[in-house]
Amino acid sequence: MDFKFTEDEEAFRREVRQWLEREIPQRWIELDPGIWEETEESWALAREFQRKLGQKGWLAPAYPKEYGGLELSHMKRLILSEELAYNRTPMSIEEEITVNWVGPSIMLFGTEKQKKEYLTKMAKGDIIFCLGYSEPNAGSDLASLQTRAAEVGDDYVINGQKTWCSYGHLADYCWLAARTDPDASRHEGISIFIVDMKTPGITVRPLINILNRHSFNEVFFDDVRIPRENLVGQKNKGWYQLVIALDLERSSIGYAAGNQRIIEELIKYVKETTRNGEPLANDCLTRNELAQLVVENEVARMMAYRIAWMFSKGLHPSYESSMSMVFVSEVMRRTANTGMRILGHYGELDRDSKWAVMNSRIMRMCLSSLSIGVGGGSNEIQRNIIAIRGLGLPRK
Amino acid sequence: MDLGLNEEQEMLRQSARDFLRRECPKQLVRQLDESDEGYSSELWRKMAELGWMGLVFPEEYGGGGRDFSDLAILLEEMGYNIVPGPFFSTVVLGGLTILIAGSEEQRMEFLPKIARGGIILSLALTEPTASYDAASVKTKAVARNGEYVIKGTKLFVLNANVADYILCVARTRKTKDPEDGITVFLVDARSPGLKCTLLKTLARDKQCEVVFDDVTVLEKSIVGKRDEGWPIVKAILQKAAVAKCAEMVGGAQAALDMAVNYAKERVQFGRPIGSFQAIQHYCANMAMDVGGSRFVTYKAAWRVSEGLPAALDAAIAKAWVSEAYGRVALSAHQIFGAIGFTMDHDIHLYYRQAKAAEIIFGGADFHRAIVARELGL
Repeated sequence: MDFKFTEDEEAFRREVRQWLEREIPQRWIELDPGIWEETEESWALAREFQRKLGQKGWLAPAYPKEYGGLELSHMKRLILSEELAYNRTPMSIEEEITVNWVGPSIMLFGTEKQKKEYLTKMAKGDIIFCLGYSEPNAGSDLASLQTRAAEVGDDYVINGQKTWCSYGHLADYCWLAARTDPDASRHEGISIFIVDMKTPGITVRPLINILNRHSFNEVFFDDVRIPRENLVGQKNKGWYQLVIALDLERSSIGYAAGNQRIIEELIKYVKETTRNGEPLANDCLTRNELAQLVVENEVARMMAYRIAWMFSKGLHPSYESSMSMVFVSEVMRRTANTGMRILGHYGELDRDSKWAVMNSRIMRMCLSSLSIGVGGGSNEIQRNIIAIRGLGLPRK
Repeated sequence: MDLGLNEEQEMLRQSARDFLRRECPKQLVRQLDESDEGYSSELWRKMAELGWMGLVFPEEYGGGGRDFSDLAILLEEMGYNIVPGPFFSTVVLGGLTILIAGSEEQRMEFLPKIARGGIILSLALTEPTASYDAASVKTKAVARNGEYVIKGTKLFVLNANVADYILCVARTRKTKDPEDGITVFLVDARSPGLKCTLLKTLARDKQCEVVFDDVTVLEKSIVGKRDEGWPIVKAILQKAAVAKCAEMVGGAQAALDMAVNYAKERVQFGRPIGSFQAIQHYCANMAMDVGGSRFVTYKAAWRVSEGLPAALDAAIAKAWVSEAYGRVALSAHQIFGAIGFTMDHDIHLYYRQAKAAEIIFGGADFHRAIVARELGL
């Protein structure tokens, strides 16, 4: 039992913190885009910043050095993720998906050529993938996906529809799950492909999210021809690759660190605010509720630390990642809820109002936190995983 | 950073687990719960032989020289198994108080005896206000001819009915600051004027009313300094809260294990109830509560062990674990359904333990107030 970071790790944390303090552009801080709030301007700033992070090796620190990574230890990666999130670093959610889901899958299942082609560019921040998983009738039940990839000569021809493709309108590639054997059982006959988003036959249509921003898309594939070499891993074994990839590196420390920052801002707010002639910080209920958020967020942080620690011991967390994810998502929603209660009417105001407080973060979080706990496997699916994989409860 | 146990701790855990499964079956737990003494002298002797009572005392006092996080591991196992008896009050409330605040003479006299299992201790702190603040300490100790005369009523005193010595927290001076003027006395439980009455409680743990009716003690029985006892009480409450969390983590793990095993076996509608999503999600929530509780507790225990400031982490742990264990025990009852509502079944032992543990040393609200204070609110 030892909860101390080494001196070297603490020095690394300071280095990251100082670097971010120096490098995060002022314009980004002004725009202050929260999750799912990106605009074209913020996206461009984020892309530029990602390249900077890439140069430091901090974009894909886990990757082997030959692919532009640093082979950084798990603990340092934990620290890095924590600092990036806490400091609201310009990064898009797709960058995380590209580097932490797609990249490691290519490393595990891709050909040498694919590794050389994509990993280095990912680590430099030069390319972004969107995920082509969900379909209108395949959400939590992903294995029922219907998008078809048929082998025709040296190519695959793709037909079908994907949805919820975050930033599909801005991504360079799609990481696509499609059915290659329609006669096989649900889990057999799915394969994974890399699809260049500029390929003819792809139509991207916006879905405007609850924050009134364009982050999601429907993507239509109409006789889209891609070369056979864009298949990743084994044909018809894509489902199993996909499941393995879901367990990779999901400590959710970023959520806990980001949430901590918001709780700290709430604490600052109640210290500085007077209500009915009394400092808000003297209100018993407010103190109690804020303390509870601090308690819960600490639990969330420890759950995330546990994942990194397990990796550092050579263990492979699976249901533990689900626990961490479910827990932090619910803490984030409760943070938004408590924040709203404390701020009252002020919590409702959007950023264009001169009366807005905390840069309207709480109202924005009230909306954005609805997605955490749904995307990437809903909390119900995660709880199934905890029960079945973690506790060994029967499926039938 | 290492969130796991070291080799020695693994060994301690395994040996404690094996020993308790063998020597402290639920049949004995029930028997002791129903008795007035609430402990088995045979089990007590065997635990002492294993070195548990002196685990965290330095070797020169007949102890094992281990640290507080080792004690937390042991308490986790004791919580898992539910071990009735005065271990907590003797070792955590009594022994640690003497270790951190006692004179060299007191340590030499009492710690080896505790380590041998020779004496039972208890801490008489709370009074009829039932709270853990200094202002609630109304019991008075008045100096007279080089002695002190203690008068007052202490309530919810653990295991005082079998204690050989009672640490009594009393007021020796009244000033505007309620934390000033408090003194800790080590009182022989057989002193004239001391009357102990067992309270009947939910968890059937042995809490007592202890009336000090002009109990005379010598000046040398003061632990620490006269009038400066409150920091000692605070330090002990902090350790006790974390130690109690460790016990609760064990209890919660046991309740989870029992419920999951039952859900796998109990068949309704032609299938194990554990295959139903409603039950699965209860279990998933319980597992999250247990996992979360374990790591915040370990973190607090580690900070105590290392001698680092632990006020915030101890309060976070007690605020969280108090409620988490309650939820786990409640869900376990829901999964067991009607059979859990019987005295024959074991799960109620954990539900009772959870309730008592939630309250003692301050509940979640009490500790959230500390968290708020620590955050500068």
